[in-house]
Amino acid sequence: MVAMSKIATGNGHGENSPYFDGWKAYETNPFHPTERPNGVIQMGLAENQLCFDFFQKWLMKHPEASLCSPEGVRKFKETALFQDYHGMPEFRKAVAKFMGKVRGDRVKFDPDRIVMSGGATGAHEMVTFCLADPGEAFLVPTPYYPGFDRDLRWRTRVELVPVDCESSNNFKITRTALEAAYEQAQAANLRVKGLLITNPSNPLGTILDRETLKSIVSFINEKNIHLIGDEIYSATVFMEPEFVSISEIIEEDIECNRDLIHIVYSLSKDMGLPGFRVGIVYSYNDAVVSCARKMSSFGLVSSQTQHLIASMLSDDDFVESFIVESKERLFKRHKYFTWSLSQVGIGSLQSNAGLFIWMDLRKLLKEKTFKAEMDLWQVIIKEVKLNVSPGSSFHCQEPGWFRVCFANMDDNTVEVALMRIRTFMLKNNEAMVPRSKLCRRSSLKLSLSRRKDDFITSPGIMSPHSPLPTSPLVRART
Amino acid sequence: MGLLSRKATCNSHGQDSPYFLGWQEYEKNPYDEAKNPKGIIQMGLAENQLSFDLLESWMAKNPDAAGFKRDGQSIFRELALFQDYHGLPAFKKALVDFMAEIRGNKVTFDPNHMVLTAGATAANETLMFCLAEEGDALLLPTPYYPGFDRDLKWRPGVEIVPIQCTSFNRFQITASALEEAYQQAQKKNLRVKGVLVTNPSNPLGTTMTRGELDLLINFITAKEIHLISDEIYSGTVFSSPAFVSIMEVLKDRNLENTEVWDRVHIVYSLSKDLGLPGFRVGAIYSNDPIVVAAATKMSSFGLVSSQTQYLLSAMLSDKKFTKEYISKNHKRLQKRQSKLVSGLEKAGISCLESNAGLFCWVDMRHLLSSNTFEAEMELWKRIVYDVKLNISPGFSCHCTEPGWFRVCFANMSEDTQKLAMQRLKSFVDSMTINSQSHQELKNARRKSRTKWVFRLSFQSFHDREQDER
Repeated sequence: MVAMSKIATGNGHGENSPYFDGWKAYETNPFHPTERPNGVIQMGLAENQLCFDFFQKWLMKHPEASLCSPEGVRKFKETALFQDYHGMPEFRKAVAKFMGKVRGDRVKFDPDRIVMSGGATGAHEMVTFCLADPGEAFLVPTPYYPGFDRDLRWRTRVELVPVDCESSNNFKITRTALEAAYEQAQAANLRVKGLLITNPSNPLGTILDRETLKSIVSFINEKNIHLIGDEIYSATVFMEPEFVSISEIIEEDIECNRDLIHIVYSLSKDMGLPGFRVGIVYSYNDAVVSCARKMSSFGLVSSQTQHLIASMLSDDDFVESFIVESKERLFKRHKYFTWSLSQVGIGSLQSNAGLFIWMDLRKLLKEKTFKAEMDLWQVIIKEVKLNVSPGSSFHCQEPGWFRVCFANMDDNTVEVALMRIRTFMLKNNEAMVPRSKLCRRSSLKLSLSRRKDDFITSPGIMSPHSPLPTSPLVRART
Repeated sequence: MGLLSRKATCNSHGQDSPYFLGWQEYEKNPYDEAKNPKGIIQMGLAENQLSFDLLESWMAKNPDAAGFKRDGQSIFRELALFQDYHGLPAFKKALVDFMAEIRGNKVTFDPNHMVLTAGATAANETLMFCLAEEGDALLLPTPYYPGFDRDLKWRPGVEIVPIQCTSFNRFQITASALEEAYQQAQKKNLRVKGVLVTNPSNPLGTTMTRGELDLLINFITAKEIHLISDEIYSGTVFSSPAFVSIMEVLKDRNLENTEVWDRVHIVYSLSKDLGLPGFRVGAIYSNDPIVVAAATKMSSFGLVSSQTQYLLSAMLSDKKFTKEYISKNHKRLQKRQSKLVSGLEKAGISCLESNAGLFCWVDMRHLLSSNTFEAEMELWKRIVYDVKLNISPGFSCHCTEPGWFRVCFANMSEDTQKLAMQRLKSFVDSMTINSQSHQELKNARRKSRTKWVFRLSFQSFHDREQDER
C-alpha cells in the first residue's frame, strides 16, 4: 500500500500533544448551566464573546450588508463571481481604516498592501512560505501560541528557535535573549530568516513597550532578518499603557529597512469573528505583497464575508463605538476576574490586553518541574473541571504558569468558574494567603475606580452556594 | 543571502503563462456593451453566469438563511464563533447529497469522508501535501487546466508528468499513453505518486468514458498509486453521454473497501456548477480515513467561511430547489454551447464534440501559418489584440498539438456571444481573403505556375482540413 506523505503521517499538526487532553475532557463533558452543571468549563479558548449584541444591533439596521436580503441581493451576482485575489477594494479599504483606528489613527495603512488569507492561521503559513525555505528558522519569544508550531513549521518545514523570556523581568524580550537565540540557531546550523513577535502577547496579555520594540527593530536590521508582528490582539488593549504597533515604530525609525517588516492580522480576536476566516498579511515589502497575493489563492476570504465586513467596517460610527465598548467590557471582565482570583490568593502577570490572563500557580506545584505542572493541570481539569492551558504548551521555560481565558463565557459561567476555584483553593492549604496580605489587597481595592464597586456589591459576587461564609472585604466595608 | 524564499522568487506560481497574460490584456481593455463596445471580450474565464436568477429567487424566498437567522432567531453569534475544521454538519450533509444527486444518485457519499477547503485550488494543493513528497510526480492527461501548474507544483513541490493525449482519438486517455508517461517519469528519476484527471475535462468539455475510467483503475491498481478525480464540472454535463463518476465504476466493479478504493480521491467545488467562485467552497472526498484526517487538519489554512457554509447548507438542503436548478442549468448550458458551436461553424471553425463544461475546445489548426506553437502564439495574439477576444491557447493547457483553443461560453450574455462570433467570422474571412491575395501575389511572381493549379491546391488543402475535424 503506497504511503502518504511524511507531512501527512507525521506529528507536525501538533494535535497529538498531551495538551489536547484538556480539550477532550471538555468535549466529552462540556459545561452547561442547566443540562450539565458539573461539566468542564472551557477556559482554554481565546475567544471574544463579549460584543455580539453590538453586531446584532448593527446587522438589524443594515440588511444590505447581507448579500441575500432584498436590500443586498442586487450585489449578489457580482460578489458571488468575485474571486480576484486582490480582494474587494472596499474590503481592503475598510480593513486598512479599521487597523488605523485601532492604533488611534497614529498610523495609516495602505489598502494596496492588504493581502487576504485563511485566518491568521493561513496568514502565518503564507508569510513563512514567502520568507523562508525548508530547513531555515524563525526566532520566537517564549511563551508563545502553540499553533505556531503547526502554522510556521508543518507544511513549510521551517524550524522555530525559542527566545527565552523569564518571569523575573515579566517575560520581557531582552536583547541578550535575542542574541542568545540567534547564536543557538547558528550553532545548530540553522539559517535564521526572521523573528516573530505577538504583540499584544498571547499568552501573556501584555504589550511590548517602546524600548523593547525599538531594540527588536534594531536587532533585526542588524542581522538583516525579517520581523513579523502578529498584532491579532491589537484592539483588545483595554487599559494603559497604550498599544504601540510595529507600524508606528518604523515611522519613527527612518533607518529601518522596511522590506523586513510584515504584520499579520485577523478579525478573529478583536471582533470575535473566528468563523468568518478573515486573515490579513500586511507587508512593507512589495515583493512579499506580490508573492503573498498569489499565494492567497489558497485561502481567499469568501466574497460574501468580504462584503459584510466591508459594510461593517466602513461605518465609522460603528467602528469607533465598537472599539470603545469592546475595551470597556474586556476591562470590566478582566478586572473582576483578576480581583476575584486575588481574593483567594491567586496572582497573575499584570496585563492590559488579550482575552486571557497568565495565571501564576507556581506555589501550588509540588516541585518546580514540568511534571508537577502537568500533574496540577490534570487536577484542574478533572477535579476543578476547568480546561485551562498549561504554560508548557506555550513553551514557557518555567513551570507553574497557566493561561486562563475569560472573554469566552457569560457572567454566570464566570461565577461558576470562580466558585470552583475558590473551593479548590480552600482545600489546598498551602495556597491560603495570610490575613495581612488580604488586608493590603483591600486597601488597594479602595483606591480602584468606581466601576469596580459595581461588581463588588452586586449580589452575583457572593453566590448563595459559596463555601466562604462572608467575604472579609464585605466585613471591612461594613 | 536571499531575503525571500525560493518559492517567492521562482516562477512556479505560473502567472507568466499566456493563460494569465490574456487576462491582463482583457483587464486593460474590458468589453462593455455600453461603455466600451470595442473592448476585449472575455472568453478565457470558465464561469457559469447563466443561472444566477435561480439563486436570487431562492434567496428572496428564504430570507432567514441570508440574514443569519434560523427559525427567525439570530444565529450570528453561533456562526461567528464556528471555526471547527470538521465543517458545519448540515452543510456537509447537504453537499454530499447534492453531489449524489448530480450523479443520478447512483453513488452516495458519507459526510464524514468530506473535507471542506477554500475552493478547489486549496483542495488540490492540500491533496498534494497529503499524498506526495516534494520532488514526487503526478501524471496528468494533456491538455489540462493551467492552474494545476501552480496548485500542484508551487508550494508542495510536486512535478507534473504529462499523459499525452491527441486529437487522433479525441484526446482520450489510452493505456499506452499512461504507460509512456509512467516510463518518462522513471527516466527522470521521479517517483510517481498518482494520476490526476479532471472529469468532465477542462479544457475539453468532454466526460470520460467508462472505458477510460476502467483503464485508470487498472493502471493505479497495477502501479499501486493514487487517483485524484477533479469532478468540479460534474454538474455541467448538459447532454449525453451521462456523467459517470469514478466512484460509480469502483462500485460496479465491486472494489468498495479494497486497497484501490482507499487510493481514489475526489475534488469538488461549487465554483462552476453553482457559479459561486467568490464564496471559496471546495471539498476533498476520500475513502481513506487517514487522508481525511490529515486533510482536515490542513484545511485550517483555508476553511470555508461559516457564513457561507450556513447560506449554502440551507440552499442545498432544499431538494426542490436543487432538482430544479440542476435541470434548468443543464438546459441553459446546452443551449448556449450549441449557439457557440454554430457561431463557430459559420466562421468555418469546428470544435471537439463536447457534452459538459463551460467552454468548447476549438480547432483552429487550419488558421495556423505553420503547424507550430509559434504560429499558435501568433494567431492567439492576433485574436486577443486584433479580434479582441480573450481565449486560451492550447499551449497554456499543455496541449501537444498546436492550433487548439479553449473558448468559454457561459460567462457572458447571448448578445455578447453573438458579437464575439461576428468578430471571429470577420477575422477568419479576412484571413482567407488575405491568404488568397497573398498567394496570388506569390503566384504572380512565379512565372511558371498557372492560376488554376494554385486554386486546385488551395481547395484540396481545405478538403484535407475538413476530414481531420
